[in-house]
Amino acid sequence: MPTGLNLNYLIYLLQGAGWTVILSALAFVLGGAAGFIVMLGRISRMRWLRFVTLLYVQAIQGIPLLIIIFIIYYGLGILGVSLPPLLAAGIALMVYCSAFLGEIWRGSVEAVPRTQTEAAECLALTRWQSLRDVILPQAIRIATPSTVGFLVQVLKSTSLVSVIGFIELTRAAQVINNTIFQPFAVFGIAGAIYFALCYPISRWSRALERNLNVGRR
Amino acid sequence: MSVAVSLNEVHKSFGAVEVLRGVSFEIAAGEVVAIIGRSGSGKSTALRCINRLERIQSGEIEVHGRRVDDPRLDLRALRQEVGIVFQSYNLFPHLTIEQNITLAPRRVKRLPRSEARQLALDKLRQVGLEEKIDAYPEQLSGGQQQRVAIARSLAMSPKVMLFDEVTSALDPHLTGEVLRVMESLAKDGMTMIVVTHEMGFARRAADRVVFMHMGKVWEAGPADILTNPQTPELKDFLANEL
Repeated sequence: MPTGLNLNYLIYLLQGAGWTVILSALAFVLGGAAGFIVMLGRISRMRWLRFVTLLYVQAIQGIPLLIIIFIIYYGLGILGVSLPPLLAAGIALMVYCSAFLGEIWRGSVEAVPRTQTEAAECLALTRWQSLRDVILPQAIRIATPSTVGFLVQVLKSTSLVSVIGFIELTRAAQVINNTIFQPFAVFGIAGAIYFALCYPISRWSRALERNLNVGRR
Repeated sequence: MSVAVSLNEVHKSFGAVEVLRGVSFEIAAGEVVAIIGRSGSGKSTALRCINRLERIQSGEIEVHGRRVDDPRLDLRALRQEVGIVFQSYNLFPHLTIEQNITLAPRRVKRLPRSEARQLALDKLRQVGLEEKIDAYPEQLSGGQQQRVAIARSLAMSPKVMLFDEVTSALDPHLTGEVLRVMESLAKDGMTMIVVTHEMGFARRAADRVVFMHMGKVWEAGPADILTNPQTPELKDFLANEL
């Protein structure tokens, strides 16, 4: 006999939301680290390395996240590597983030005027020193609004990992709905929770953008 | 006097456009040479080839015995000997004036922080801007920024200084303060190659003037050639420069 929406279900949803946040943070931190390496590859002076990373970025950006999740969860499973859903989801999201963040950051590095690199290298700094001390500090400023904006995308994209049975917010809502069959109420609440998580981040991103436009320093 | 910089039959093209068509000249240590010429005459390109901001197609460039056109050149060693100042200053906007000046000495020469600050103060005194040591570039006027750029370059104690139209972005009032710094540098015996439109500076401070035209050294000699040009092209150029 299905019962109504009670407090226990709400707590279950909030627990799911907790996992959504953890998964997003995991994806963002691991994806950021990998994305930094992708960015370095994309701006490398070695042609083959630029080509390989470009290929990687194009491939990942051209494949739906859902397919990436399937490949890592089921694909590796068949090869005998069975990953727990959290790990599989984390790796899939990391791969996804690394391609997009790598591209955002490459664009930001290239938006710093070339004359800055020229000036740094004319002072006998190595390429790495000029990147670290001159280019990256300026690129970070440029990259911050779009990076934070991308965090919203990641947070929403984590809903896709519900398909491999990882109980985050969306999966939690499905489970509850299967019991009480009140889709409008259940998914409405889930949507509201997503919104409550994303909206402050979007606001933050927009505020950062405004600050960036006010003074360039 | 020993030769500081020499160019021998230097050719440089950007794609199909040949910008330098066999440029040769020599500069002795301690000499100040002004390179003049119309835009597009190749004077800035010639300058940029000297510290290998541009690669050349053929010819030889030597700086204090170091072959710049050698593919195995130790580029960073060259860049420590040859300082350059650009038209657009190119200070690092996120760093203070002190950090702008001390970044390279600290990273490249491993100078300790306290010594680096003293170095920055010394160099800033030389360009008359000690009090700006903790400011950011954007708080300075164009002329002040350019003087900081000169100080930044001097902080690496280069043997040769290149100046690439360093006053072209400045109004006449600010041009003066930059030129005075350069003239005092010249008096101190710095080897300087100055690409410039400032004929007054060339007359006052240059030991020699090189007039470039169509990618070649068209006329060269002591500053007298500015009052007594031999070629019609230089005559014409000087008439238009006012």
